Amino acid sequence: MAALLEVKELSAGYGSSLVLHGVGLQVAERGITTVLGANGAGKTTLLRALCGMIRSSGEVRLRGELISGRATEDIVRKGVAHVPDGRGTFVDLTTEENLRLGAYTRKDKHRVNEDFDRVFGYFPRLRERRHQQAGTLSGGEQQMLALARALMLRPGLLLLDEPSFGLAPLVVQGIFQIMRRINQEEGVSMLLVEQNATLALELADHVYLLETGRVVVSGPSSVIRNDEAVRRSYLGY
Amino acid sequence: MEAFLHQVLSGLATGGIYASLALALVMIYQSTNHINFAQGEMAMFSTYLAWDMINHGMPYWWAFVCAVAISFVAGIVIERVIIRPVENAPVLSVVVVFIALLVIFNSVAGWIYTYTIKTFPSPFPQQPLFGNRFISSHELGAIGVTLAVLVVLYMFFRFTTLGLAMRAAAQNQVSSRLVGIRVGWMLALGWGLAASVGAIAGMLVAPIIYLEPNMMSGVLLYAFAAALVGGIDNPFGAVLGGFAVGVLENLVGAYVIGTELKLTVALVLIIGVLLVKPTGLFGKVFVTRV
Amino acid sequence: MNDAAKTAPVISIPRYAGLSMRAWKAIGIVALAAGAVTLPFLISNYRVFQFNMVLVYTIVLLGLNMLTGYNGQISLGHGAFYAIGAYAAAILMDRFGWPYWATLPVAGVVCFVSGFLFGLPALRLRGHYLALATFALTVAMPQILKYKHIEHWTGGVQGIVIIKPDPPFGLKITPDQWLYLFTLAILAVMLLAAWNLLRGRVGRAMVAIRDHPIAAEAMGVNSALIKTLTFGVSALYTGVAGALGAIVVQFVAPDSFTAVLSINFLVGIVIGGIASISGALYGALFIQFIPNFADQISKAAPWAIYGVFLLTFVYLMPTGVAGFIRMLVGKLVRRRVPA
Repeated sequence: MAALLEVKELSAGYGSSLVLHGVGLQVAERGITTVLGANGAGKTTLLRALCGMIRSSGEVRLRGELISGRATEDIVRKGVAHVPDGRGTFVDLTTEENLRLGAYTRKDKHRVNEDFDRVFGYFPRLRERRHQQAGTLSGGEQQMLALARALMLRPGLLLLDEPSFGLAPLVVQGIFQIMRRINQEEGVSMLLVEQNATLALELADHVYLLETGRVVVSGPSSVIRNDEAVRRSYLGY
Repeated sequence: MEAFLHQVLSGLATGGIYASLALALVMIYQSTNHINFAQGEMAMFSTYLAWDMINHGMPYWWAFVCAVAISFVAGIVIERVIIRPVENAPVLSVVVVFIALLVIFNSVAGWIYTYTIKTFPSPFPQQPLFGNRFISSHELGAIGVTLAVLVVLYMFFRFTTLGLAMRAAAQNQVSSRLVGIRVGWMLALGWGLAASVGAIAGMLVAPIIYLEPNMMSGVLLYAFAAALVGGIDNPFGAVLGGFAVGVLENLVGAYVIGTELKLTVALVLIIGVLLVKPTGLFGKVFVTRV
Repeated sequence: MNDAAKTAPVISIPRYAGLSMRAWKAIGIVALAAGAVTLPFLISNYRVFQFNMVLVYTIVLLGLNMLTGYNGQISLGHGAFYAIGAYAAAILMDRFGWPYWATLPVAGVVCFVSGFLFGLPALRLRGHYLALATFALTVAMPQILKYKHIEHWTGGVQGIVIIKPDPPFGLKITPDQWLYLFTLAILAVMLLAAWNLLRGRVGRAMVAIRDHPIAAEAMGVNSALIKTLTFGVSALYTGVAGALGAIVVQFVAPDSFTAVLSINFLVGIVIGGIASISGALYGALFIQFIPNFADQISKAAPWAIYGVFLLTFVYLMPTGVAGFIRMLVGKLVRRRVPA
């Protein structure tokens, strides 16, 4: 299948220090790619660079179209939804308002209400908390809200930054199951950045290992999962 | 008793104007974390524009609407052209930019329209409603218009998508970009709205305190104090604060100490409140994380 | 072993045209001081007066910068302390016949105490809230000075006129030149004191409180004490400057000390450079001369021109003149470390 997202020679950083050095990766159409790495490897920087939140050099193509160097707001309109680290929920707005904002750039306003039902279908708990202030939701619920808000865009590509962070294992499992459903039922491609290697390896079909800003290993997850050397050196188990 | 009621009611009228201006200050503060110290002078300039149009024969409400529209556009332009370049400058440098705007508007108004005091017409009848002795028609009308503006703004922010986007942009710029909101334009829009509200406040207060280039300095100070007392990040607090300060000013002036020192006394009282509640009556108590 | 010693890297001080950076700075300061001392004998009396006011404002801005720049407490009320110092000098000289130089310590002490006392409640306020509280001070001052019941002391709306002191020891210089040199001497002393204070432990504590108040407290800095002391010292400087200013202008009146003065002081430290000692001088030059310059450009709307100047300076030099110069020097200088 053709690559939905193609990244070549991506370098990015903050101020005068570079964090990413010539990173290259691909996300297949309808595929789930995961980027693993320890703290400070540059995973969050990678996602920020892809969305245009920080300056970068190199090439990023979405369905062949060059998106590197464009503003975040424009990249979003191409159907790229980013669930940032820290969830990024609007804590002073209600759950419903958060979701409505997810659909802000959509032209088909009349279908947005349908999407509320669809999203509440994935996350029934959010329907209960519909009119509650987002800041009062639990950590797991906020992660669901962040994911739900991204889905309201009807994105072609979902960027997820450590969705398991700070959440109880059962909650994380639930979220990953939903992510699999979304990918299978709606064909949303995903680029998942994670520290929790086990779950990520189970979900993804392709893996990149990032170390101090460089891709050190890449391959299908079925291969990486079973490669003991890689597991021991890079994943610690 | 009669006099007391009169002081309270006309205090509510001027308080409404303080409330509008305080709201304008809070709107810009929420989206940019800056207080627009030039808000008063911009309002004064808008009022002069309206005066100019009325003097050239335009009917009052036409001039009113035009002045509000021109102020809206001017607010957007000022934000994009003058404020945007210093978005990331140190806070005090931005304060100086506001001071510069203040000084420029004041001086240009004085230059074009001179410093002689002018009268600004009121669209409301001269006779008080039902011949009452407590409140003039203009004061009543001012309260009415203020409340109308506040309700419209509330509905805009609460129920429209654009209002929601502006609220989002004010709270969290990064997340707003991630849902595709063009944050820069939201800020500009905020400025445009604030300038319009300021224009309305200016045109409501001018018949009471007469039109001259320095007319808004006292009003701005009261509005600033009102916004702080209400809690600088709380629009409702700002509005309540505005009304309260208006009544306070009148009562202090009438019963405590004559008109010369009333500004000082009112400010001292307000600061007293702030000492007890340093983030204002309805402001968020900040828990600082280390 | 000897080889290792021979090839050990030598750290040498970079030299520019034969002199180290410190030597250049020292030369610069000496040149500036020499220029400042000879200046009054080269220009007209009116210009001497103007430059005298520059020196007075430099002292004010030193004080304000200590509080706002180094300690992070914004003050829109320093015009009030300036007024207190000015009136202290005027009342002592006119009503009690004190010599002009004796009024300075009194002005300093009175203002230190009032600054310290104001700093106590100010501990509870931050940012815009503190700005409002200090602004209230400056708004109140002219009204208090006009208050009928103390007119006997303050001269009410008309104020007090002071006689210009004569040069001592029969020196053959004009009174204006003498006052200028006197102010210069006071400035030098206060400059040295400020430089010493800011360099040392107290100075570092002040900055720590500005940048991260909680961490500072956790490290044992007595935040409340330092903040109120800084307020006091800052007011002291401004008060002494106010007294000097009154003597130079020979006149005090309530309307000389309005909110405009306080705002001008704030503008001065921002344009000059926050948290910089040289910034006080640049800022003082700006607030003394640019309004005159603006007036020459346009008699009709001079303040509008002044506003344009403000915008230009802030856009071009967001860290003030001092920051701009620092950046320029940094760019012109190339560090040459021997291989």
